[in-house]
Amino acid sequence: MKQINYSQAISEAIMEEMEHDPTVVYMGECVEGRYGDRTYEMPISEAGFTGIGVGAAIAGIRPIVEIMFLDLITVAMDPIVNQAAKIRYMFGGMASVPIVIRAPLGAYVSMSAHHSQSLESWFSGIPGLKVVLPSTPYDAKGLMKSAIRDNNPVIFCDHKRLGGLTGNVPEEDYTVPIGKACVIRPGKDATIVAYSFMAHKSMEAAEQLKQYGIDVEVVDLRTTLPLDEETILNSIAKTGRLITVSEACAPCSVASEVSAIVMEKGFDFLKSPLKRIHAKFAPIPFAKDLEDNVLPQTAHIVDAVKACFFC
Amino acid sequence: MIHKDQAMKVYRTMLSIRRFECRVEKLLMENRIYGPAHLYIGEEAVAVGVCANLRTDDFISSTHRGHGHLIAKGGKFKYMMAELFAKSTGYCKGKGGSMHIADMTLGMLGANGIVGAGLSLATGAGFSAKVRKTDQVSACFFGDGASNQGIFLESINIAATLNLPVIYVCENNIYNVNTKWATIAKHPDIADRALGLGLPGIIVDGQDVTAVYDVASEAIERARRGEGPTLVECKTYRFKGHCGVWGDPRDPEEVAMWMKRDPVSMFASKLITEEIATAEQLLDMEQMLEKELDEAVIFAENSPSPKLEEATTDVYSDTNMTVGNADKKNLIETAPEQDIVSKYWEGTN
Repeated sequence: MKQINYSQAISEAIMEEMEHDPTVVYMGECVEGRYGDRTYEMPISEAGFTGIGVGAAIAGIRPIVEIMFLDLITVAMDPIVNQAAKIRYMFGGMASVPIVIRAPLGAYVSMSAHHSQSLESWFSGIPGLKVVLPSTPYDAKGLMKSAIRDNNPVIFCDHKRLGGLTGNVPEEDYTVPIGKACVIRPGKDATIVAYSFMAHKSMEAAEQLKQYGIDVEVVDLRTTLPLDEETILNSIAKTGRLITVSEACAPCSVASEVSAIVMEKGFDFLKSPLKRIHAKFAPIPFAKDLEDNVLPQTAHIVDAVKACFFC
Repeated sequence: MIHKDQAMKVYRTMLSIRRFECRVEKLLMENRIYGPAHLYIGEEAVAVGVCANLRTDDFISSTHRGHGHLIAKGGKFKYMMAELFAKSTGYCKGKGGSMHIADMTLGMLGANGIVGAGLSLATGAGFSAKVRKTDQVSACFFGDGASNQGIFLESINIAATLNLPVIYVCENNIYNVNTKWATIAKHPDIADRALGLGLPGIIVDGQDVTAVYDVASEAIERARRGEGPTLVECKTYRFKGHCGVWGDPRDPEEVAMWMKRDPVSMFASKLITEEIATAEQLLDMEQMLEKELDEAVIFAENSPSPKLEEATTDVYSDTNMTVGNADKKNLIETAPEQDIVSKYWEGTN
């Protein structure tokens, strides 16, 4: 066991996979030399180099394409959504697209509307893609390894606020399976479903809720496509209450999907209406006070969980 | 120069495309097949002139008008026809249709419904060859319309910078669907854009297969030697409307003028004049191809339709991952205890 931070964990995963597999390469802007001669410096042409990564993946290598901020992925939607996601299907299973699109997401960093978004929901409903969002160094390393080894396009969203977070990581090779959520705190009274940085806010809230005698279980999704319905529903079956916490806006979000699944398949378990804690319906503002106001805070989560009991 | 020994093969491939496309047009008119099918009639010299210089392990990317590219790369009538008939024996098992027709085993990376998408895919295939240190080459077919997409500049700039083994083949048929080039672009020649991107740009008569062959031969050898990409603009014309039998709003006089320069008959005349073949031999060849097409249609018509359960297969590699499969009745029984709580979470701070 060793202690490394979240960014180091991602780099270690990439370097170790490059050692195993000579076809793993890293492409992105301002990345020159980061992983030796396996790094390919790209111009500011996200559509171009993402598409090149997709073409290269179907032609026999395993590229990791870095989009410097998830917000910038908007200009590379065609290669991801129309090409990478659909190529296997359209061509009747003739090809695989083993590409990782690494795109840091998230706010709480005073970077305003074009460098702060959480757009994971856009990709989490596209057949052919997988979407992972690690919250710890352990998950970051294990999920990056799984993403690189996966024969499908994987969107890997690390959170900007978590780069310096340290945590335990095994010395030996390991992976974290894509599509498997994790109960990061067991509890019996209510379930918070969260992912990425919101898993941390949810853990803080769960700690504070102890003083009200509420024992909260926290489920960290880790993957939003495919969703681990079983872990979510098992937790609801146990606690009877659902609170989702997400940095994205609510409409048509991962939280909406989790809520719908619980209503369809876990309705009988529910003891109170579900709650969604999410960003307000606005772009992310620059002014610190405004940004804090738009985004979910620990106190909101605490209040929402309490309201499930005392409404 | 197309060698005498190769000339008949080149002609046969061009004629294969022409006969295949004429048959598709007929099948569409008879309502025996459905959906969009963009016909390549009139542009045969481009695909054949380029692909005659490629190896099976070289790559090509295609466009929405992809039948000709696939035939030029070695595609088989019967699997193509079965795909157009939406049958499970088709190249894409009936999931792609005309606009996504492909044979990855021939390095044909697929017809594509998004104008310009092939530019980055072909560049990526060239990039893959560079990373794997092979001498494979990638040829990218795209239209004049695609050259106004941002991906044109982005892809070619990267290929030029990294010296990638790619040849960009612009099929300039002067129309973006039904809009004439001059309406949407100021400068007539797309090849000139190469100057600003640092690679050679060459204009060639896209109706003359020998001219296309010669230019492509040099560009492909250059790419194979590791000397980087070339942009080749083939001035050509499609003899039919934009899509299938949906009509053609272009000036009939203009169409007639271009049809005087039919690439297939021009090359046939050349073969006869140079005594490489007799008119009779060429006619025999045509009849043989028609027979092959008859057999392909029978194969397609007699093939089974895809099973309904195949609608959700091939979405992912490796596993047939399904979304939404949790079984409610097992939920409480299988509820895990605390041991699945990540011990690694506790180590974070």
